[in-house]
Amino acid sequence: MEIFKKNPSLPVFIAALAIFTLAVTFMSEAYGTGALSTSFVKTLGKTLCLALVAIAMDLVWGYTGILSLGHFAFFGLGGYMIGMWLMYARTEIIVIESMANAPIPPTPSEISDAIGTQIFGVVGSSDFPLIWTFAHSFWAQIALVVLVPGILALVFGWLAFRSRVTGVYLSILTQAMTLALSLYLFQNDSGLRGNNGLSGLQNLPGADAISQDNISIWFFWASAFALLLTYLIAAFIVSGKFGSVIRGIRDDEARVRFLGYSVEGFKLFVFTLTAVIAAIGGALYYPQAGIINPAEIAPIASIYLAVWVAIGGRGRIYGAVIGAGFVSLVSTYFTGGQAPDINLGFYTIKWVDWWLVLLGLSFVLVTLFAPKGIGGLFDLITHRMSPTRHGLPLGPDKGSLREEEAEK
Amino acid sequence: MEVKTQLKATLASALFASTAIASGAMAADCPVKVGVLHSLSGTMAISETTLKDTMLMLVEQQNAKGGVLGCEIEAVVVDPASDWPLFAEKARELLTVHDVDVMFGNWTSVSRKSVLPVIEELNGLLFYPVQYEGEESSKNVFYTGAAPNQQAIPATDYFLDELGVEKFALLGTDYVYPRTTNNILEAYLKDKGIAEEDIFVNYTPFGHSDWSKIVADVVALGADGKKVGVISTINGDANIGFYKELAAAGVSADDIPVVAFSVGEEELSGLDTSNLVGHLAAWNYFMSADTEENASFIEAWHAFIGDDARVTNDPMEAHYIGFNMWVNAVEAAGSTDVDAVRAEMYGQEFPNLTGGTAIMNVNHHLSKPVLIGEILEDGQFDIISQTEEVPGDAWTDYLPESAVLVSDWKDLGCGMYNTETETCVQLKSNY
Amino acid sequence: MLRSFLAACLLLLSCLSSAQAQDRTIQDVLQEHAEIIAQSSRRTIGPAIDAIAGSGLPAAQDVLQAWQAKDMWQRESDGLFFKAERIDSSTYDLIDFATGESVGSASKDDLEQLKPNSGIRAMIGAALVQFQLNDPDPERRREALLAIQRDGEASHLPPLRASIEGETDPEIKALKETTERLLTISYDSNETARVQAIEGFKGSLSLDARAALNPVLTTKIVSADGLSESANIKRELRAGSRDLSVEEAYDLLVSAGLIETQPSLAERKSALESNIENGAVAGVPLAELSTQAARDRAYASLAQEGVVPAFDPNFTMEEAVTGARFAEVYDEPSEAVTDAAEATLTSINRAVGLNQFFDLSLDGLSLASIYFLAAIGLAITFGVMGVINMAHGEFIMMGAYTGYVVQQIVPDYTVSIILAIPLAFAVTFAAGVAMERLIIRWLYNRPLETLLATFGVSIALQQLAKNIFGTQARPLTSPGWLDGALSFNDVVSISYIRIAIFILALIFLGVFLFIMKKTRLGLETRAVTQNPRMAASMGINPDKVNMLTFGLGSGIAGIAGVAIGLYAKVTSELGSDYIVQSFMTVVVGGVGNIWGTLLGATMIGFLQKGIEWFNPSNTLAAQTYMIVFIIIFIQFRPKGIIALKGRAAGD
Repeated sequence: MEIFKKNPSLPVFIAALAIFTLAVTFMSEAYGTGALSTSFVKTLGKTLCLALVAIAMDLVWGYTGILSLGHFAFFGLGGYMIGMWLMYARTEIIVIESMANAPIPPTPSEISDAIGTQIFGVVGSSDFPLIWTFAHSFWAQIALVVLVPGILALVFGWLAFRSRVTGVYLSILTQAMTLALSLYLFQNDSGLRGNNGLSGLQNLPGADAISQDNISIWFFWASAFALLLTYLIAAFIVSGKFGSVIRGIRDDEARVRFLGYSVEGFKLFVFTLTAVIAAIGGALYYPQAGIINPAEIAPIASIYLAVWVAIGGRGRIYGAVIGAGFVSLVSTYFTGGQAPDINLGFYTIKWVDWWLVLLGLSFVLVTLFAPKGIGGLFDLITHRMSPTRHGLPLGPDKGSLREEEAEK
Repeated sequence: MEVKTQLKATLASALFASTAIASGAMAADCPVKVGVLHSLSGTMAISETTLKDTMLMLVEQQNAKGGVLGCEIEAVVVDPASDWPLFAEKARELLTVHDVDVMFGNWTSVSRKSVLPVIEELNGLLFYPVQYEGEESSKNVFYTGAAPNQQAIPATDYFLDELGVEKFALLGTDYVYPRTTNNILEAYLKDKGIAEEDIFVNYTPFGHSDWSKIVADVVALGADGKKVGVISTINGDANIGFYKELAAAGVSADDIPVVAFSVGEEELSGLDTSNLVGHLAAWNYFMSADTEENASFIEAWHAFIGDDARVTNDPMEAHYIGFNMWVNAVEAAGSTDVDAVRAEMYGQEFPNLTGGTAIMNVNHHLSKPVLIGEILEDGQFDIISQTEEVPGDAWTDYLPESAVLVSDWKDLGCGMYNTETETCVQLKSNY
Repeated sequence: MLRSFLAACLLLLSCLSSAQAQDRTIQDVLQEHAEIIAQSSRRTIGPAIDAIAGSGLPAAQDVLQAWQAKDMWQRESDGLFFKAERIDSSTYDLIDFATGESVGSASKDDLEQLKPNSGIRAMIGAALVQFQLNDPDPERRREALLAIQRDGEASHLPPLRASIEGETDPEIKALKETTERLLTISYDSNETARVQAIEGFKGSLSLDARAALNPVLTTKIVSADGLSESANIKRELRAGSRDLSVEEAYDLLVSAGLIETQPSLAERKSALESNIENGAVAGVPLAELSTQAARDRAYASLAQEGVVPAFDPNFTMEEAVTGARFAEVYDEPSEAVTDAAEATLTSINRAVGLNQFFDLSLDGLSLASIYFLAAIGLAITFGVMGVINMAHGEFIMMGAYTGYVVQQIVPDYTVSIILAIPLAFAVTFAAGVAMERLIIRWLYNRPLETLLATFGVSIALQQLAKNIFGTQARPLTSPGWLDGALSFNDVVSISYIRIAIFILALIFLGVFLFIMKKTRLGLETRAVTQNPRMAASMGINPDKVNMLTFGLGSGIAGIAGVAIGLYAKVTSELGSDYIVQSFMTVVVGGVGNIWGTLLGATMIGFLQKGIEWFNPSNTLAAQTYMIVFIIIFIQFRPKGIIALKGRAAGD
């Protein structure tokens, strides 16, 4: 088991995930004591999906050095693709049921018209746009979950890397991409219900009789499983020769190119692969969230993604998982209105008002004082220290931390 | 090994936080819990924070009167942070973890659509206080804001009859409320004999600020000698830039009147209205309404918020009516059980702040008067027209697909009943 | 001839009414119509206004003017109407219309204010025209002309013509003459006079001219069969052409009763539904009716039985309308008038088109200057220093809030703006320096991490602004001399505030160039940017230079904030609206070059307006395609429009 040797954190992670999954299951309302409410199980399931996309972000940023500020666009697209089928199938059942009482059985085109009216009546139209062509087919939409974001990433990445757009420019370019996509989806004419997006996704077609208590746990399991797979894939990628090359690209792109590697090819592969991973995360996330709309892929979402990875610790896969889990759970706690106010006598700190200030300042503090993020704490335990460089920058490229240096 | 313990500790602390939340779920009959589901951060905080404060004030007032059913009312405030999926999550949390008896909340349509499946699944109760596009009637929602026929249609009639407008510019922010409202209005105007080329439609993004070209386009509409009027469903902050540009272009209300459906006292407090005098807004409530109830409501609001400069607005009145109706229905039902309260809500009456009485209809919409006001220099509205109570219509009569639908939860037990085929299309609502 | 006849009639009418008025007061007239006056609806108010205007009483003008200005009140106790003047918030002084004397005061509770809506006010204005055209007060005469322009009617023409002669004010006289020509086009019955008036507007850009000409040229499309000889035909049309679709032609023929309709899909379905017998329709079992073919079959059998109207499955609309002739016919019967109007309007439209292009260019220029202003601070911090400052937008916001706070303290708008600009600079300069000292200087080697840290600062500042100023938008009002717009004509205009922003942008361009090229700080900044160590060894303190440069960029953002707040809104989210666009402006233009930023802003501004022009109904689409264009543009010119070459390019 080569992979375990190169990734000492892997067995720990697998064990922790398994324990966590079991614990949640036994505390859930559906299969256990009910100590965890269904809404919290959903939150945990969603958090696992966020951890999944954070791993993708870590691969592309922490390991390859491409700070993409657009990966949430792929996440959202994945959600949209699965959402189209969920909406179509659910509405189809409703429509067929309500038409069953009609004196004359409906024709297929009448059924599809009625589904269109139901889905788009909310936003003031009734015809199916072209992009809903495959919405009736589960397998086609599942394929599109992978294909649409994959092809978008492939084309975008090919254009960008071919022109040698790097660094900050690439960040801004990816940000522009996600902004353009969200603005496009905001338009009603885009055919995906504009600002309303796709909603009611938690109601699985034909599963009306099954309680959300159960469904939430199933999705939780699926998310945990997907996270495990992603972790394994990520661990596999970064531990081999491929991993060395992408880390090389991160540390000094030009040198890797001079060594004869096709830097663009490697970048494109990682970019596209992580886009697909993000899309799968989105396809699991949004049925738990219940609604997807263009605001989900606004540029700020992708910046948050980068922040999770930074807080968790870049360049280590478990760091991404910890960052995503930590920030999103703490966010839930503080916005829940349950955090007690702090009375300073002259002023009462309400967390609802001050939480974002705290979060913002913690980004600053983590960046300044703990560039290795929460994951850096494990280094303290395992006594992996950065060498003291007496104020000189680390590594050949700015800010990079080479493995052997970190080993002391 | 150390790594493992550390990791476990982190996870355990996360779990601890969660169980701490969950264990607060023990629900007794007292106090009666009222969930407040308004965004306190993010883009919608601008509008929704005021409504949260309104709810806290109403709860405080009711408690001073002895609460309800002899219980104290406790407001549970959560912050969905203008994040639509979070609305669904917080609604579930309110219903299952905090076991609230009723929720007051939401502003945007998309947040309502996000919450709908959850409250229908868990049989919750939501009071929705904002004017909206209609085309919906959920068993678990009471719509205390205006449906299109309580705001848009009367305002359009006013344009047609009173101002003699022959050409319409429908300007809106690109989201579902303006889209649907404009669809309904287009159909309505065509019904009234306005030709298609005399209806100009434009959609702008949220928070749009560069209005020069659109205002110029509207002015240019007057080139064929017809009187032009603007029906604005522009949302929130974008109005400020729009009105500033309108004023700069010297568009007077006598030449091109603008009637807005989303501009109230709160929005006007963000700009100088001296150049906007005479433009219009249609609501079910204006702060300038001259009644005793309104005077005491404003006084209470100023005392509660501690700022005499704060204005009141239409959704606040909607919460005022909704909350009081709910209290009365609970007293009548003798319990906070959702189905019992719902049955008592039908026909529930409560005096409006603008005079007259609001009545809750079986389609979960209120009968309320429609007011049209002209903007004054001080940012208030001069009420120049007030109709009788108009019953809110869940399904508009002006779109062919909706004209055949009615909602009657009391007798038909269906919110989407097709009168042609005489069947219930669906019991849940369309989201 | 006709004109003089009309004038005579009017004279007679006024004589008659004045004779009648001997024993009536204006209050009687008002009381007669008290109900509809109180009801105050444009649909019913007409007789009341006509009665007052036609009463011939001297007080009629006063009454109408008071009514129009919402100064007329009704005493609830006896229903009498008075002009009321406010004494204090609850008591009003009542003035009798006929005598103009005060008749005592009354409490507000006993009074009902009449609030004519703007439709009624316009009608009152039109009725007032005959009194006001010769009013000694020039303001009133202007009002009368404005009322004619808004709601001109045929009866205005004689008094207007009569009043031109005696007009002393040359400006008003010219206005009267133009108005007279506009009225002539619409209402004169003399063909030559109309043609003459029409031709007088050749090439005119006035909106009123177009508003008078276009109604002359309204047309309708009719079937050409049975068209009367005298019809003023614009042109013949064929179905299926651009101006007459097949569906429209078909509908025309059907409504003209020239062809029979075919039962529609829905009609056929409901016919099937009403002919269900024993679970089958015309022998076709119900279960089979789930396809259109089966339904057609069942319908055909029903039609054969004669139960339902026949339906021809091969029917197409195209066939039904071929051979039919259509014509577009003017509503205006006189050909001479329509010809003259067409010719004049063509010349006008050409001029309007050209001017619309100018107007669009001005809009583009204005948008470009706003983007430039928002981005110029970034051109320094990001372009020159290479620091990605995500909190740049929040500095803009801080500037805007500074303007708001200053306006709360200094009520005079002009003084407050003059104070606000340096103060905004000072505040954001300080904030920028603080941020540079505390955060950014530790991260010069890690540019991507400055992005994260400054993003943290950005969300913290945004939330702080919400906590301090609340979530509502705050008013930031421009001084009176910036109100209104500079109008070149009815088509081309630009608001003064936008001109001010444009000038401000130019000033900052100058300031930037001056500082960078002519001052020591600029020299040192450039030196530090190119090679910090070399600069340091030349005796420059790079820390200090970085700090000052960053402060400068931030300070300019603050001033931009004041400008943006003046023209748009002041909210905590003001900055985030501009941040992505600002970065794109700098990147598209080419990092490190102010001219590049200028070009980038210009390109984005004009591009966006251009796309808006193509698709006027969807501004959101314009923004989307603009960004897509920028993405593609950067793929082909990754270094922007003006790419730095050689050593300065760095990397």
